[in-house]
Amino acid sequence: MADVTKMVGKAIKRREDPKLIQGRGTFIDDIKLPGMLHAAVVRSPYAHAKIKRIDVSRALAHPGVVAVFTGEDMMDINPMPAAWQAGGVKSNAVTPRALAVGKVTHVGDGVALVVAEDRYTARDAVELVEVEYEPLPAVVDARKATEPGAPLIHEAAPNNICMEWECGSKEKADAAIASAEVVVKEEIINQRLIPTPMETRGCVARYDAATGEFTLWMTSQAPHVHRLLLTAFVFGIPETKLRCIAPNVGGGFGQKIFCYADYAFTMWAARRLGRPVKYVEERSENYKASTHGRDHVTEVEIAGTRDGKVTGLRVKTWANLGGYFSTIAGGIPTTLYGRIITGVYKIPAAHVKVWGVYTNTAMVDAYRGAGRPEASYLIERMMDRFAAEIGMDPAEVRRRNFIQPQDFPYDNGLGMLPYDSGNYEPALNKALQMVGYENFRKEQAEARKQGRYLGLGISSYVEICGVAPSAWIGAVGQGWGAGLFESANVRVHLTGKVVVTTGSLPHGQGVETTFAQIVADELGVPYEDVTIEWGDTLAAPFGYGTYGSRSLAVGGTAVHKSVQKIKEKAKIIAAHMLEAAPEDMVFENGKAYVKGSPDKAKTLAEIALQASLAYSLPPGVEPFLDETTYYDPPNCTFPFGTHIAIVEVDAETGKVELRRYVAVDDVGNIINPLIVEGQLHGGIAQGVAQALYEHGYYDEDGELRSSNLLEYAVPTAAMLPRYELDHTVTPSPVNPMGVKGAGEAGTIASAQAVMNAVIDALSPFGIKHLQMPATPERVWRAIQNSRQMRQAAD
Amino acid sequence: MYTAPFTYHRAQSLSEALQMLQQNPEAKLLAGGHSLIPAMKLRLATPPALIDISRVPELRGIRREGNTLVIGAATTYYEIESSELVRQSIPALPEAIEQIGDPMVRNKGTIGGSLAHADPAADLPAVVLVLDAKLKIQGPGGARLVDVDSFFQGMFTTAVGPGEILTEVHVPLPQGVARMAYEKFPHPASRYAVVGVAVAIGPNGVRAALTGAGDHAVRLSKLEQALSGQPLNAQSIEAACQNLVDAGELMGDHNFSAEYRAHLVDVLAKRALLRLV
Repeated sequence: MADVTKMVGKAIKRREDPKLIQGRGTFIDDIKLPGMLHAAVVRSPYAHAKIKRIDVSRALAHPGVVAVFTGEDMMDINPMPAAWQAGGVKSNAVTPRALAVGKVTHVGDGVALVVAEDRYTARDAVELVEVEYEPLPAVVDARKATEPGAPLIHEAAPNNICMEWECGSKEKADAAIASAEVVVKEEIINQRLIPTPMETRGCVARYDAATGEFTLWMTSQAPHVHRLLLTAFVFGIPETKLRCIAPNVGGGFGQKIFCYADYAFTMWAARRLGRPVKYVEERSENYKASTHGRDHVTEVEIAGTRDGKVTGLRVKTWANLGGYFSTIAGGIPTTLYGRIITGVYKIPAAHVKVWGVYTNTAMVDAYRGAGRPEASYLIERMMDRFAAEIGMDPAEVRRRNFIQPQDFPYDNGLGMLPYDSGNYEPALNKALQMVGYENFRKEQAEARKQGRYLGLGISSYVEICGVAPSAWIGAVGQGWGAGLFESANVRVHLTGKVVVTTGSLPHGQGVETTFAQIVADELGVPYEDVTIEWGDTLAAPFGYGTYGSRSLAVGGTAVHKSVQKIKEKAKIIAAHMLEAAPEDMVFENGKAYVKGSPDKAKTLAEIALQASLAYSLPPGVEPFLDETTYYDPPNCTFPFGTHIAIVEVDAETGKVELRRYVAVDDVGNIINPLIVEGQLHGGIAQGVAQALYEHGYYDEDGELRSSNLLEYAVPTAAMLPRYELDHTVTPSPVNPMGVKGAGEAGTIASAQAVMNAVIDALSPFGIKHLQMPATPERVWRAIQNSRQMRQAAD
Repeated sequence: MYTAPFTYHRAQSLSEALQMLQQNPEAKLLAGGHSLIPAMKLRLATPPALIDISRVPELRGIRREGNTLVIGAATTYYEIESSELVRQSIPALPEAIEQIGDPMVRNKGTIGGSLAHADPAADLPAVVLVLDAKLKIQGPGGARLVDVDSFFQGMFTTAVGPGEILTEVHVPLPQGVARMAYEKFPHPASRYAVVGVAVAIGPNGVRAALTGAGDHAVRLSKLEQALSGQPLNAQSIEAACQNLVDAGELMGDHNFSAEYRAHLVDVLAKRALLRLV
């Protein structure tokens, strides 16, 4: 029988795009309900202050204003839950209430809610709410916040410490460092970033007083999780009294995973007022009040031998949590950071200590990569520092320390599940070959003679994808307190059309396309006949949503498993139709037949019709082809690769130009190369952005100075080079498709490639490290300092 | 995102625009809207009324009058950069304009809007300063031509008075092709000038101007004097472009300090001049 055209592996365009790029998607602000009111928030201009008095009378009197509420009005609902507390969280996780009560802990903290007939009126009336504050001293730096005398943000958290966590062996790391031939010490700051999804966050809430049921349309990466948290924890109502719907979601990058105050106050106001209420953030509100990412201060020591073997790593990190504890903030600077701190290297002794610290800033939680970019940046920057210290080529130092192919599955000794698979050196060699490493070093030497400063930076990385295994991630002390399996329902309808309902929540990942490719191949049906549904808790089986590069490896595998169940049932029904024994049946290319007799086959459509009409089914077989899977993988997957950046630094202005970017990634088997490339392009852009452009900057008074897109530099296409991408393929043994995930790899790998290149370019000036972002002034000052020091030395 | 309430009036002619301005003295003029509307959305500007002059015919178009290039104030950046007349007479002007914003901005933004708004980080103020332009300002009592050197008076402040409208930009054309260069160090987020330096060689020597770094665009008189009577070559330029401005006179922020901006002035002035030799 001729093979039907295979869809898996084809670079087909995303089926979701025509609608989205023609402006025909339905995003949160497109939703308009009859009688809908509009909410706007009075936000704190102070980083840290007591709320002395709130006078809403002028706002209430404003024409078109329906109601004004404060935090005191909403004391009948609970604060947001700290859903997944990390091990080591003290019993002082202070989460936000719907609106602040008594005090504010960061600029942008919500203080009062204005509800009006239209959005403009609501915004006008925000200015009429009079709030009297008593400003308090503020602290924005996590390490400084733990020092004696720092302003105390929450009474329950002495020294502002919320969380104290460690992994690895302190004794071994101390001993390795004490006895090492070479020790390099550095302070590394992983600056705060603002995720900046194209669509800001928001929701529309409707309450049906007759049934006591809420419907909440929301910008969500995980509607089932939001439903659970808002009902069971915040409102104390049955989970069944809330339906959560995520329509088209315009990017998330992690920011839309979390349970925010605005979901609670919008629901609360809709119930109180008996009318639907919409709240959509303005961009500056998104910047001040939605979660940020990264923001670590780290003291690190790396130890090794003169011949290039790394023998020890000791890390102390102060992770900024912001003014409150966000939904899964505890898991990011711990499990997803500390447990992968040694990266692709066999380092026999490592210890990581982390303090999670409250400061007077917006909350920090997962942002694309979530912990892994911070870990990867740290180890890759330190491998370069170590290589420079012993005078060895940075590529060679990496080779000498790589975990070897025969070491897998590899236990890194940090409490991580074993790395499933890997073969690191071929990816490094391929990237070096693509970039022309030897030639570049010659070109670099020539350029330096002419006063031009070229630099090359290598980043060999490994990351954790398919963040799911419940027995691990759900265990107490491991980071989070919930299993993260994923669901998929597959149905073959009477007409042979296939409907897949997934608990994943695509918001840019291309899941509608890739899942359909998988199903088309596995069931042997046309790709066009497969529909992917998602986003509505009324329709989709319980699932944990999309983050941690888990849609394909976990959600996709759930789909794959449901399809296998469909095929098994189809064989049983086809056997009945052909009067054969089920064990003699084969299912191939959309048809079931008796082994050896493919000419007498029943098509899936025929079988589905038989299953649906149901007048003649084998005894004990239920009608319809309808199968659900809750897939809980045995392990995460561990994509890896090597990225190389080439930069030129303008020594006169300090401006860094990214000239080339080469990436070799191993994301396992690839379902759709075009989508993988797209994910890598966007991911690399975000890592380059951290290295060169973006900084969520608070001044010492806690004012967010990069509070809009005029100040916060998200790079445009013109600020990025043409990427040169290739891959190696090491299929993951964890799941039947051998896939790993590609959503975050680009971000995890790229910042350090660029920074290592910048430092390499600046090495003639004796510069060993610079903090990110490598802004023109920062680079220029480093060059100036170096020149002055040299002049002084002469 | 959400502006304060305002009324909107569209003028069909210059006289109607002037009349509307008299009736709404607190009104702001709306041309391309690319400075004004964002400011209104952030509620940094809350004018009670807008008078749209973008379709006033007297304010549009580019023409040559003898040795003067006359550009209507509501002429868009795109119309200027794509004008054959401009490309032939002042080729450096389209080059400078191409550094403003992006194509969407340039399709809407206007020369008069930029100059009358006088954003400290706008590009064109430095360019018109070195081109020795004159600005035509129309009021209820008639029109006057103002020398560019007295046009920019402070942050968002110009010689355009209450009830007046900037109507035309007059650029003197030299024999042959005007020699001008504009070097810009753009802010990575806004693309506005952190520092922008324009230089031109005119009949009386080098004219140089600075934008972005101070509260309004100014002539770089120290540079002009240093090069006065000097041959223009790599040595004279290098020697002249030293400590052109005092950091104390400049603005600074967490990304670009005043000291760094002062350094950039020297570098960009040098680079602009080297393009003219």
